[in-house]
Amino acid sequence: MNLSQARERRVVTGGVELCVAELGDAGRPTVVLVHGYPDSKEVWSDVAVRLAEHWHVVLYDVRGHGGSTAPKPLRGGFTLEKLTDDFLAVIDTVSPDRPVHVVGHDWGSVQAWEFVTVGRTEGRIASFTSMSGPSLDHFGHWIKRRMTRPTPRRVGQLLGQGAKSWYVYMLHTPVLPELAWRGPLGKRWPRILERMEKVPAGDYPTASLPSDAAHGAWLYRDNVRARLSRPRADAYAHAPVQLITPTGDSFLSERLYDGLEDWVPRLVRRSLPAKHWVPRTRPDQLASWVDEFITANESAGREGAPAQPTPAQSPYAQRFGGQLVLVTGAASGIGRATAFAFAEAGARVVAVDRDAEGAARTAEMARLIGAPAAWGEAVDVSDEDAMEKLAARVASEYGIVDVLVNNAGIGLSGSFLETTSEEWKKVLDVNLWGVIHGCRIFGKQMADRGQGGHIVNTASAAAFQPSRVLPAYSTSKAAVLMLSECLRAELAEKSIGVSAICPGIVNTNITATTRFAGADAAEEERLQKRTSRLYGRRNYPPTRVADAILRAVVRNQAVVPVTPEARGARLLSRLSPGTLRSVARLKPPL
Amino acid sequence: MTGMTSAVQHEITPELRGFREVQRLAYACAEAVAGQLRSGVTEREAARMQRVWLRERGVRDWFHLPFAWFGDRTAFAGFKVPLQFFPTDRRLEPGMPFILDMAPVYKGFTADVGYAGCLGLNPLHDRLLADLEAHRELILREVRERRSLREIYEDVERLMTTQGYTNRHRAYPFGVIAHKIDRVTERRWSPRLFGFGTQALKGLVSDALHGHRDGWSPLWSPYRFSDHPPQPGLWAVEPHLGFRGTGAKFEEILVVTDSKDPEQSAFWLDDDLPHVRRWAEEKVAA
Repeated sequence: MNLSQARERRVVTGGVELCVAELGDAGRPTVVLVHGYPDSKEVWSDVAVRLAEHWHVVLYDVRGHGGSTAPKPLRGGFTLEKLTDDFLAVIDTVSPDRPVHVVGHDWGSVQAWEFVTVGRTEGRIASFTSMSGPSLDHFGHWIKRRMTRPTPRRVGQLLGQGAKSWYVYMLHTPVLPELAWRGPLGKRWPRILERMEKVPAGDYPTASLPSDAAHGAWLYRDNVRARLSRPRADAYAHAPVQLITPTGDSFLSERLYDGLEDWVPRLVRRSLPAKHWVPRTRPDQLASWVDEFITANESAGREGAPAQPTPAQSPYAQRFGGQLVLVTGAASGIGRATAFAFAEAGARVVAVDRDAEGAARTAEMARLIGAPAAWGEAVDVSDEDAMEKLAARVASEYGIVDVLVNNAGIGLSGSFLETTSEEWKKVLDVNLWGVIHGCRIFGKQMADRGQGGHIVNTASAAAFQPSRVLPAYSTSKAAVLMLSECLRAELAEKSIGVSAICPGIVNTNITATTRFAGADAAEEERLQKRTSRLYGRRNYPPTRVADAILRAVVRNQAVVPVTPEARGARLLSRLSPGTLRSVARLKPPL
Repeated sequence: MTGMTSAVQHEITPELRGFREVQRLAYACAEAVAGQLRSGVTEREAARMQRVWLRERGVRDWFHLPFAWFGDRTAFAGFKVPLQFFPTDRRLEPGMPFILDMAPVYKGFTADVGYAGCLGLNPLHDRLLADLEAHRELILREVRERRSLREIYEDVERLMTTQGYTNRHRAYPFGVIAHKIDRVTERRWSPRLFGFGTQALKGLVSDALHGHRDGWSPLWSPYRFSDHPPQPGLWAVEPHLGFRGTGAKFEEILVVTDSKDPEQSAFWLDDDLPHVRRWAEEKVAA
């Protein structure tokens, strides 16, 4: 299905004729998608098709854009009041007796904030999902608050947003913007979007772009100065709002939405590492969040329950809610703690481990603490075929992985001269090849989807701290660290982040399964017990490593040493590698 | 499992009967107070309710005063100093887990019990409670095998890790999973030190001194001083599971004797306790 198969109709209102398109079953609840500037309804094509599977999707060209006619004269024809008239005319036609769910991007969202905060639409809007478009009234109050009490931080926020709004000033100059859009800018715009905003090339933007952009300049001229200087004092939302904030937006600061809770009693926040044009660059994620929000509010409306999805406990919920996260080595230690941390943030979790029972247990517990879904998968990461099959199964049954955590690893200690090639092979198979398979197979899926993602590889402090007792393990982890750095460079253009986590001594059961080269069974058992006790006494919990992993994904950090000893070793490896070499010669007290 | 029915087969001396009576009294208190907990009750209030309930029924001295932990305090989240164990003004909310822990002395006999519950529905908490059963069985089995206390401690911790939990009894003073309890001479006046009855502490300290000479300790910890087989006597055993902001425990008396018969060498003093009944009911329901 695509937008060309949509049912089109014309709605006449207030001297203009609006072009309205409909997709999906008209008997289902209606979702109205409102586009921004300089766009037409085609900006929603990818999102609309996905939403049409469950909902009655309605898109319309805002007056003066796409297939809709422009008001005459243009000046004064684009006020928010008139845009609200248009919206009401559309929803009265497509959903006369049922409130609609509104989704707005950019100026579509600015308009929709007006719809959802004025009295005459009360009862006609069931929910509103906003992205990259603040309410001009809220924005006006935001500026006022910062002007009246200008602390250094507030001045910084004002200047920051002031700089991001450069194009708004340009659009207020007469005639020039129109000339530019109908001339060179209009011609180059698709290339600019592709290069600066990473919007994939294709049937968007449409041929009507120059006139859309020229007419749309009046959106700014008719509303911005008026609203920002005299914001309405009663701009409270009368419907639940889901705010999706792209963290890499070049035009809007995240700080704009500070204190939004004062205006919106029922607010759900989401954040997305992306640039401004999320309907083009992240359609899957948007469709899934919109879908979830509409579903929650539809069922709440029926049962009279509070109209919000259950608020997740984790501070990471707004970033990871509903995402698909795959963790290897998830039956114990850091992997399990990481799976739980993502579950608590509302992510869907695939727990992979050689130990089927442990993986199933992780999945079961993950569901109990907030994962909307979780699955245990028994796979050995060093087995390439098994990993290929896993990736195919995950893609077909659960979707494309948003965050991949290559965490599975085994320990091997003992002098180099006593380590057999078999033992070398085994540790490299899991610790290095496991990561390679994961990155290659799942990373490819992520890159092919083209909607970003993140890969986390668990390296170790041993990656930069040499040691006479861990030659094989340290080698494997150093390789993982370098692999992560190289991959990060390569995948950056695909908006896929790569992080290497380097934990120091963490209390997990890796010590209980570590092979000690050159030791017989009894001696090995003694050493395992002894190291387990030492690690137990150190008692650095894996949950803190898991927190560091989530933080690394949110901040897209490259290398994250965890535990003081790891941070110290990392610092010394730069400042004074000689010290680390001396430490490497020490024999641990085992 | 033999543990379920074992106590009936054991010869219960009048002395053990005394301990069992006070343990039942303490659990009755826990169930009564748990039944009265409502949304908005604070930990301090819950602790006072336990104290009043037991005082009304003749308890005059304590091994330690009643504790109450709500919400993530059941998992001792962020506990750094022992003072944080004392009840706070944290209020109970729907769905919140709670733990009541008290150690009354009654007619000279001591009990130390822990009762984990939850206000309303909480499937995660149910899971934790159900998973405690394996620990009760494991501890009894390994004590009967006369394994060293330190090893048993590590096996319990390993089982918790396998289940996906963290060991939260490590947060107790000396990281103990259990401690010895004994009879206490009833004095007219028994002052308390940081919530612990001085008479009971005296017994513990004297045990520690004797034990130190003979190579055992009245504290069951992960450290070297617990690297010895179980010492005959009464042990208040308290495995405590933690899972992110949720914790659950039970605490009850394990009797260890010097009998050669494994069945007689160790047994739970009483199998008619709320958590044991709950497991039995769950099995019947399943």
